[in-house]
Amino acid sequence: MLVLRKFLRDIPAVLGLAIVSAVVLLAVFGPLIAPYPGDITAAHLARRLQAPSPHFPFGTDDLGRDMLSRVILGAPGALEVALFVVVVALVVGVPLGLIAGYTDGWLAELIMRVTDVFLALPQLVLALALAELMTPSLRSAMLALAITYWPYFTRIAFAETRRLRTALFVDALAGLGASRSRIILAHILPNAASALIVRATIGLGFTILVAATLGFLGMGATPPDPDWGLMIAQSRTYLPGAWWYALFPGLAILIAVLGFNLLGDGLRDIVDPRLRRSR
Amino acid sequence: MSGDDLLAIRDLTVLLGGRHRWLRAPVAPLRAVDGVSLGLRNGEVLGLVGESGCGKTTLGRTLLGLQREAGGEIRLRGRRVSGLAPASARVARREIQYVHQDAGAALDPWWSVGHTLEEALRIQGLRSGTERRARVRMMLPAVGLDASAYARYPHELSGGQLRRISLARILLLEPRIVILDEPTAGLDMSVQATVLNLLLELRRRLGLTYLFISHDLSVVQRLCDRVAIMYAGRIIELADARAIFEQPRHPYTRALLAAAPRLDGIQPSVRLRGEPPRATAGAAGCAFAPRCAHADAACRMQDQVLHAATADHEVACRRWQELVIPAADISCRA
Amino acid sequence: MSGADLLSVSGLRISIRSDEGVARVLDHVDLTLARGRVLGVVGESGCGKSTLIRAIMGILPAGAHVDAGGIRFEGRDLLRMTETELNRGIRGGRIGFIPQDPYLALNPVFTVGTQLMEIMRRHAARDGKRGSALRAAFRARLVALLRRVHLPDPEGAFGRYPHQFSGGQRQRLLIAAALACAPGLLIADEPTTALDVTTQQQILDLLRALAGELDVAILFVTHDLGVVARLCDDMSVIYAGQTVESGPTRQVLDHPAHPYTRALVACHPARAQGFAGIAGSVPSPLAPSPGCRFAPRCAEAADGCAHRAPHLRPMPQGPERRVDCRLYDPAARP
Repeated sequence: MLVLRKFLRDIPAVLGLAIVSAVVLLAVFGPLIAPYPGDITAAHLARRLQAPSPHFPFGTDDLGRDMLSRVILGAPGALEVALFVVVVALVVGVPLGLIAGYTDGWLAELIMRVTDVFLALPQLVLALALAELMTPSLRSAMLALAITYWPYFTRIAFAETRRLRTALFVDALAGLGASRSRIILAHILPNAASALIVRATIGLGFTILVAATLGFLGMGATPPDPDWGLMIAQSRTYLPGAWWYALFPGLAILIAVLGFNLLGDGLRDIVDPRLRRSR
Repeated sequence: MSGDDLLAIRDLTVLLGGRHRWLRAPVAPLRAVDGVSLGLRNGEVLGLVGESGCGKTTLGRTLLGLQREAGGEIRLRGRRVSGLAPASARVARREIQYVHQDAGAALDPWWSVGHTLEEALRIQGLRSGTERRARVRMMLPAVGLDASAYARYPHELSGGQLRRISLARILLLEPRIVILDEPTAGLDMSVQATVLNLLLELRRRLGLTYLFISHDLSVVQRLCDRVAIMYAGRIIELADARAIFEQPRHPYTRALLAAAPRLDGIQPSVRLRGEPPRATAGAAGCAFAPRCAHADAACRMQDQVLHAATADHEVACRRWQELVIPAADISCRA
Repeated sequence: MSGADLLSVSGLRISIRSDEGVARVLDHVDLTLARGRVLGVVGESGCGKSTLIRAIMGILPAGAHVDAGGIRFEGRDLLRMTETELNRGIRGGRIGFIPQDPYLALNPVFTVGTQLMEIMRRHAARDGKRGSALRAAFRARLVALLRRVHLPDPEGAFGRYPHQFSGGQRQRLLIAAALACAPGLLIADEPTTALDVTTQQQILDLLRALAGELDVAILFVTHDLGVVARLCDDMSVIYAGQTVESGPTRQVLDHPAHPYTRALVACHPARAQGFAGIAGSVPSPLAPSPGCRFAPRCAEAADGCAHRAPHLRPMPQGPERRVDCRLYDPAARP
């Protein structure tokens, strides 16, 4: 298929896809792959802070837990947050953007100004505030991120709708008598999908990063969750001696985010209606 | 304009682009269509000719119902259909359909041809999927397309094929009047013939009436029964096609005919200076006077109205009788 | 092909690799252009005229490969030149380019003055001046040029943005830009296709006058035979990447030799009764025949045509008059 061939030629995109697939696989099959799956909770103080070795390729942490297993087991949490936030942001943000883009008048203005207000909210500060109201947890972090992320999708959906609204085929559909909802859902949305898909993919990576930051600040996951950001925070006391304690979770975050970004960029090139072909 | 016109237009005015602005003088609207009166007879092909900015596309869209009129009246089979909002106008004027100039851009690149054609029927309320598919499959050969076109996407097709699909899409809705916007624009000469022959064939078979908007005089001359020439939102000449091309009476029509480069390389005597104007802001006097070699003071002050020069030949010029027409300028048949 | 030729393209074959395969876009294109003459390159869409222009300018797309042939300009081999050499002297300097769409060719965020001055800075001779004296000299030259292309208010134009000009005015700007550095060759890619017919007439008159006054040769690509008749001294007809016929315009139009040229002329409204087309369609460059590419549609085709190597040979009328067809090939079997 033309789309597949074009994608496969784009090496960074293929790399991104490989990384993302690996992350997803780890998230799903983590407990089966991790050498010491019990190390979410169990402590083995006898082997604390050991440097990387054949037994423990990523070393052990301050409670003697295998770092490799913990890093692997951190994947589901990271992915869960990312998916929740991005899906909520899409579900809330895109319809608002479509409506604001296609109509004129006070409704469009209202939606866009509300969007502006929410865009002005700093994610981390809001997360801190919410953590005060609820107890600091992964749940409060997810909520805070979702509330601050939907405006980006509204902006994109709005811009694409405005652009497509003046397209000739939309005019032709109006001439045929098509209803507004048909035009928006069956025509504008698929053509706007490329920009949205790309943003969503990159957004997944970005959210992992922000969630890790919240975890680092203690505003997200709590011990003994194998959250990557939390692990880095806990490692601080033992640096620079136990360098592996911070390095591997950090690398995990880096690679995951990089993977999503590369995949997003690759998708941008192939989600183009002109590559669709009849069989 | 007679009583048995299929579509009767009287004093139609369309304003475009007026805007209110905060704390500043409002932007004045342009009179894109300025008091146009026209009758479309059943079964005829009426050509609407003019250059950019003359208002022909606006007139077409207004007749379709996508653009609201600012004044005047439109009657379809004697029934008043003007003065409606676009959505209701489209319903009232369902018998009028429009084929866009850029056939490729008029199709959603996301959907296949089959889906797009079926959608036209679905919009009109045909629920049965099997029925829709059957009608679409029958329509494809009727416009000269292969059955394989059904699964194709717009970007896989040539300009001529795209035009046929645009035609098919509106023909599925069984219109009476089809507004064709530059149907041959961008097509090679050798392909134009097939499209034009198809249009004539369909008119004959389906009893259609065409409003043929074009700037290509050679096509208009061969296809149309009557021709209306538009300039700055007004119709300045209206007659049978033969009369327009053999005895053009308005100076602008003459200049237009003379401007088309001839195959024998002979130069015309008329050369027009300046550019076609954007729709005037309702200034008095003949809209063409600034560029007209024969304009005098009275031309500049009085609005020129379309009146009968001879039977069946109307012109909006007060000096038409004084103008002599050199033979080299007449026909674009060089 | 004499030494006085400004531009000569010989046996050019270019293929372009794309997702769909290898397209043999040009297969044996021959043309020559002498100083101060206007050559019309005529062909329908898909014939390869854009690729030809890009090859001369050195801006072929990635994936394009010159399989055979050469392009000589002012005695130099353009295909062997490096990017730097092309940029320094040829593009904008010795060869000016007038693009097809005046609406897209100018950068909308810069004023016209900025864009024109940039061209001068890049290519124009400095005559030993620098700094503000140089700018003043450039500006004076540009204003004189704008006046010569009949742009209203040349001084004021410098400070305006492209969208403030009409299509015809923008095309004049682009012509001025192309002439800014007194090139020996102007390449015009269908510059009047997007313009109204009266504006087209003005631009063609302008080009004709400029060719005479400035002794600049013009390579004019078009699909419109009327335009060729009006403007061009000589013409060259291309079909599906092959040059099929060339010679002085009047000779080719009045007595076309190649079956394709004959069919093309026969389609023109000046010659055609009703609507005449050419049956069949242009072959895809992805699967071309090794011989004459018009053979499948040609009424005079013989068995050998599909394998006949292309060869543009002179006709009895004179060395300038050439055609590539078995009908005129004494060596071919009848």
